[in-house]
Amino acid sequence: MSATMEPAAHVSSAVRTDAPPAILLDKVNKWYGALHVLRDINLSVAQGERVVVCGPSGSGKSTMIRCINRLEQHQEGRIIVDNIELSDDLRSLDAIRREVGMVFQSFNLFPHLTILENCTLAPIWVRRMPKKEAEALAMDYLTRVKIPEQANKYPGQLSGGQQQRVAIARALCMKPKIMLFDEPTSALDPEMIKEVLDTMVMLADTGMTMICVTHEMGFARQVADRVVFMDRGEIVESGVPEQLFNDPKTERLKTFLSQILRGH
Amino acid sequence: MAEIAAEASAPRPLQDAVIGPRRPPLLAVGPVAWAKTNLFSSWLSTAVTLALGYLIIRWAMGFIDWAFVNAIWSVPVTNGQAQTQACRALNGTGACWAVVTEKHRFMLFGTYPYEEHWRPALCVLLFIGLYIVSAMRRFWRKELALIWIGTLALIGLLMWGGVFGLSYVPQERWGGLVITLILSTFGIALAFPLSILVALGRRSRLPAIKTLCILYVELIRGVPLISLLFMASVMFPLFLPEGINIDKLLRAQVAIILFAAAYLAEVVRGGLQALPRGQYEAADALGLGFWQKTGFIILPQALRLVIPPLVNTFIGMFKDTSLVLIIGIFDLLTAGKTAIVEPAWQGFGIEIYVTIGLIYFIFCFAMSRYSQGLEAELNQHRVR
Ligand SMILES: Nc1ncnc2c1ncn2[C@@H]1O[C@H](COP(=O)(O)OP(=O)(O)OP(=O)(O)O)[C@@H](O)[C@H]1O
Ligand SMILES: [Mg+2]
Repeated sequence: MSATMEPAAHVSSAVRTDAPPAILLDKVNKWYGALHVLRDINLSVAQGERVVVCGPSGSGKSTMIRCINRLEQHQEGRIIVDNIELSDDLRSLDAIRREVGMVFQSFNLFPHLTILENCTLAPIWVRRMPKKEAEALAMDYLTRVKIPEQANKYPGQLSGGQQQRVAIARALCMKPKIMLFDEPTSALDPEMIKEVLDTMVMLADTGMTMICVTHEMGFARQVADRVVFMDRGEIVESGVPEQLFNDPKTERLKTFLSQILRGH
Repeated sequence: MAEIAAEASAPRPLQDAVIGPRRPPLLAVGPVAWAKTNLFSSWLSTAVTLALGYLIIRWAMGFIDWAFVNAIWSVPVTNGQAQTQACRALNGTGACWAVVTEKHRFMLFGTYPYEEHWRPALCVLLFIGLYIVSAMRRFWRKELALIWIGTLALIGLLMWGGVFGLSYVPQERWGGLVITLILSTFGIALAFPLSILVALGRRSRLPAIKTLCILYVELIRGVPLISLLFMASVMFPLFLPEGINIDKLLRAQVAIILFAAAYLAEVVRGGLQALPRGQYEAADALGLGFWQKTGFIILPQALRLVIPPLVNTFIGMFKDTSLVLIIGIFDLLTAGKTAIVEPAWQGFGIEIYVTIGLIYFIFCFAMSRYSQGLEAELNQHRVR
């Protein structure tokens, strides 16, 4: 599964096929007890590539991207992130988490810290950045996600869309090479989805390597270099958005797309 | 009021669409309204209110008579013997506060040498100062640990003496309020961090640590504090090689710390469990290490959630220190009990116990009020 494909229509692609892949999943298998949730997953994401993952509920999308920064552990196969193979070695784990940012469906901001503190905590303690520098960096990112004026509020005082944008800024403050998004807009009211998607489009424009679990087809068409369709723990189909959405090869994807379209 | 009623019932013109804020009807607010809805809402509640009110007033008047009007505040002392006939003549109709006046030094300082009483008195003040400083969020910095270490060292120096011209006072002679404060302060200050470690240990992925912590909590919790104190005072020395003698107070202190930590650990664990998993995951995803995650994200939130049960346990622990009575350590309660052993003062226990109760109450009530304020302050971020 190489990344030789046409760039998406709207956002310029920054896929670098010459460099080693940013993320490589090689025959990854995972079980929860007897439940086989990831089956022989092979996925290679090039540097600068934007991959959208979709699929029905329970198909293992979250599990797959959570394996990439080892919030979950896979049991078989290899996962290589930024040229580091995931293993039980704690040092490799630290190195990977420093380079991989993650945004959750439920934001998971730290409610007892201000927005600014949310953003500076990890740079100060993990990256050992001086406080002043970390705060300047955080303000920079908060400005880019268009909420610098909220810096001294607490997460509970912000709307869902604002919280999710803070979560994105918080992850970016670690200057990650790779960003993972797990349904970042699913917990949001419709009027807030756009502001978060706009932020993500902007991020995609910077050439960030991204894997994004989402059912926002418009977003996928606009920014994705590749869409991966998962079902029952397998990658069933993958390809550029136009091809995948307009010309699904498998029954499962056809059913899924018709359900998605009906739902929207 | 008639005006308001008239205005409310008058039909409003239709075009007056924007309705400005109105005050609630006068009869719905204020103390009269409160009394009306809560005390006199029906004939039954009126009857209960009147009956209870009568009882409360009767009892309060009786208490005032006993505690103040008929009370005797001091008695003459001849040849070092208190003349308590006047008190006995009261026959219980008035309080004999003279026993407190006469024995307060013993209650507060036990058998500490009389002319050195300023030392434990100063220690009590130091303790109270330490509590006040620690209670102020302004001082919640690293330096606070140094303040604690410095103050506690100074207290030890004052109590023991033996240097700087202070005479040496062996621990057996310490007593009274200072013992209660020593046992509870060291108890809380050491049991609390220990309990956090145990609570974290119970959630550890390493089976050995987890088992150890579970065993510790279950074993200690399954035994009454009294038996732990007995073990500390009677059994423990049997295992020590001859000649080595660990101070009795220290042994009781260790027993209290271990006991309190087991309870506190369960409280802390409750807080840890109440935190959503997403908080752990977000901290992990940012690359925070275990201690950073625990110190910056998990504990600050978990402990805030359990302030009420934590303080509950602290207060219980403060009072439980009085159990050292059974192994012959002179805390406040033991000193008070001993004060009335003297024949002249026998039978005046009520006054002594009321006073001791009041001292305990002041400390416990202060803790309770403080925790309420703290809870409100620390949970401000939940308020929109
Ligand atoms: N911690 C867990 N323990 C046991 N089973 C789990 C756990 N987490 C997920 N599963 C199961 O693994 C399967 C895949 O879950 P996953 O969350 O990856 O699905 P998903 O594709 O993200 O679904 P959704 O769209 O609902 O988020 C599901 O059947 C789920 O029930
Ligand atoms: Mg999911």
